[in-house]
Amino acid sequence: MILDGKCPSGPLSEKWDKRRSEMRLINPSNKRRYKIIVVGTGLAGASAAASLGELGYNVEAFCYQDSPRRAHSIAAQGGINAAKNYPNDGDGIYRLFYDTIKGGDFRSREANVYRLAQVSNNIIDQCVAQGVPFARDYAGYLDNRSFGGAQVSRTFYAKGQTGQQLLLGAYSALSRQINAGSVRLHTRTEMLDLVVIEGEARGITVRDMITGEIRSYAADAVCLCSGGYINVFCLSTNGMGSNVTAAYRAYKKGAFLANPCFTQIHPTCIPVSGDHQSKLTLMSESLRNDGRVWVPKKTGDNRSPREIPEEERDYYLERKYPGFGNLAPRDISSRAAKEVCDEGRGVGPGGRGVYLDFAGAIARIGESVIRQRYGNLFDMYERITGENAYRQPMRIYPAPHYAMGGLWVDYNLESNIRGLFVLGEANFSDHGANRLGASALMQGLGDGYFIIPYTIADYLAQRTPGTVTSEHPEFRRSRDERAVEIKRLFSINGRKSVNDFYRELGGVMWDYAGLPRSEESLKKALELIPRIRAEFWENVKIPGSGSELNQELEKAGRVADFLEFGELITLDALHRNESCGSHFRVEYQMPDGEARRDDENFCYVGAWQYMGADKMPELHKEPLDFENIQLSVRSYK
Amino acid sequence: MNLTLFVWRQKGPEDTGRLERYEAGDISTGMSFLEMLDVVNDKLIKNGEEPIAFDHDCREGICGTCSQVINGVPHGPEGKTTVCQLHMRNFSDGDTIYIEPLKSKAFPVISDLIVDRSALDRIIQAGGYISVHTGGVPDANTILVAKHDADTAMDAAECIGCGACVAACPNGSAMLFLAARVSHLAMLPQGRVEAKRRVRSMISAMSKEGFGNCSNHYECHAVCPKGIKLSFIAKLNREFIKAFGYVAEKDSAARPADVSIAD
Repeated sequence: MILDGKCPSGPLSEKWDKRRSEMRLINPSNKRRYKIIVVGTGLAGASAAASLGELGYNVEAFCYQDSPRRAHSIAAQGGINAAKNYPNDGDGIYRLFYDTIKGGDFRSREANVYRLAQVSNNIIDQCVAQGVPFARDYAGYLDNRSFGGAQVSRTFYAKGQTGQQLLLGAYSALSRQINAGSVRLHTRTEMLDLVVIEGEARGITVRDMITGEIRSYAADAVCLCSGGYINVFCLSTNGMGSNVTAAYRAYKKGAFLANPCFTQIHPTCIPVSGDHQSKLTLMSESLRNDGRVWVPKKTGDNRSPREIPEEERDYYLERKYPGFGNLAPRDISSRAAKEVCDEGRGVGPGGRGVYLDFAGAIARIGESVIRQRYGNLFDMYERITGENAYRQPMRIYPAPHYAMGGLWVDYNLESNIRGLFVLGEANFSDHGANRLGASALMQGLGDGYFIIPYTIADYLAQRTPGTVTSEHPEFRRSRDERAVEIKRLFSINGRKSVNDFYRELGGVMWDYAGLPRSEESLKKALELIPRIRAEFWENVKIPGSGSELNQELEKAGRVADFLEFGELITLDALHRNESCGSHFRVEYQMPDGEARRDDENFCYVGAWQYMGADKMPELHKEPLDFENIQLSVRSYK
Repeated sequence: MNLTLFVWRQKGPEDTGRLERYEAGDISTGMSFLEMLDVVNDKLIKNGEEPIAFDHDCREGICGTCSQVINGVPHGPEGKTTVCQLHMRNFSDGDTIYIEPLKSKAFPVISDLIVDRSALDRIIQAGGYISVHTGGVPDANTILVAKHDADTAMDAAECIGCGACVAACPNGSAMLFLAARVSHLAMLPQGRVEAKRRVRSMISAMSKEGFGNCSNHYECHAVCPKGIKLSFIAKLNREFIKAFGYVAEKDSAARPADVSIAD
């Protein structure tokens, strides 16, 4: 099937206005008759639930955490982009749009990205009005910095805790609506199924994580804002609970999953310290503004970094990409770091690390300025490693960080299942094959505050509210199936813990389907993943019962989905015979080692349809038409 | 290293709960405290026993989910550190460690080390926000904010809502939590408009939830993983005094949040 993104026609800069003027509206007094389910309370979910509640819809919001304020958006450090051009350095909507398209290696939808750049400015205004304490200069104006791969300073930030402050802003707006009664909040509640009736999303089935009760909620539309799936690698920068289950269950109910192989490996994380490692910690890449990345020129040079003279150091990013240097985009920096470590020039335990050195910056602008800019990050680094980065260089290494792929959506953020809207990291739409720094927060809030309120009205206006209840046979079937599934997990009573399988899967994903990938390695992964999955269903052990708080059961459900989903990522990576952005296939590279994109054959979104257990999913394509920009080689040299 | 743990086990709110002894063997100094518990749990699972339930998510000290009292101190011995960021290099071989949930009347135990902190959310819901609708706001640079005020607001806004302050306080007070929110918003011109209503509603919500009052023990600050300053409690008190004479709505929950009230 050829998929249609349903982008409006006409000039790029007028598309969103055109669509907004065409969309249907709902009378204010009728809005409360429509029920909307919002799954997830991160930036996308909280901003959507709050905005929809304000408009008068009847909103049910769900999160697995104990409070909406704890969604993993909170961990974003560096900042949020906007095309304000406050610093007068040549930025603007078109440039933010162009940089995002180019950064995504020309694998995203022009119209979506342009709209994102347009609403970026509204987001900043909104956040300031909510009281988000962005950094300011002495005159009281907002401060900006340049961030990961941008040549203009367009990033707004709140110390190294921008995600936290933006989420608390959205959480405030959400809390206000909870108080007003327009949003009902369900915490410690995990979505286990999407209920589709006659081709329309009509509700969800959830598990109450305290009592174990399986319940359903019916609605007129469902918004999935359940975040990304990068925890398929087991070790990642995501929260321990971040999972693919909500999105994957929607996929199993017919929603297409697009570009799952576009997985971002972030270049600046704290290296793994041992087998016990449970997660990886990101060091904001804003550090690369002042830090210089290097490794020793010699392999196996185990002198302490300060003893290695300048001429024996390889500042490899500055050498390879003089135009961008240490600020080269994420995918490029990550690959370069892995390469030098594969050459045996890595530093620290196991040789899996590179230096990020602040000695030069400290000499130039002083330790106090560095402390002011990154103090909390240096403190965090010291807590984890026991090393003082003011005295010796940090050690960093790439780690899985973000999923560009996700559920397929059209320009209205609606999936191929009518009434199922997907927002934020859970959808695939704006970042192509690689996301630029400080763009995730922008997309999550853009979708929630400024896009869904319009597009969902257009959908709902064509429907009579409240036509099904959770007693409909489809809902009952969904609840029964989930109960059987949970029973099955307990009945296995094997010898290995969920974590054993999870680590095994993560290891396979990282070694064979991570960065880089090859046909051979991917085929190996396709051989190994089903084996781990089969053993999981024969040998996993979950203590306790399903009718109480049971963290092992929660994890088992998530890992069971990852064990299927990992295979889908691998299939997607294997089918995409090109290198683009984060997806680097060793067979497809330029003579100088850069990614070789194949626009003739792969300039499309690959959207997969579930065809049943153990059946090959079917691939559908949405061709990417670039009307406004010329496809070019994404060179940062 | 090898450690002896005494961990609070409690099946649910009705259970009385008890400390149980576990041996944690072969723990490396590079592990985080929660990774040490992962190791203990993995062993329990394989022995067919129920693992220790504890709250955690980001494991990088920002989400505020983790909530344990270690050797009597919320978040454990290292200053300005959440449990998830506490590393085993802070302990020595042979140590005995007591692990309990956050203890407060307002935080009922759900299971083992997991408590219900939704009371904190309800305090925010009572008015801990600026009542702005999505859209229709002025350009972000229209209202200037002095750098000092913005920085102070940011210092207060760093609160992660973990509830350690409540557990450390002999009165079970949530004043530091409230102070952080009230001060953050009161420092900004956007937040001044509703300052009186906000402080009154939040304080009345705090009392309703069963939290105590502040009597200057300063334990909250000592355990705060973000180092939220005590001066914000002074600021909270000032804001409260400034709101004297302001007539609190009798039934604010039943009325739309955006109804404006004359002072």
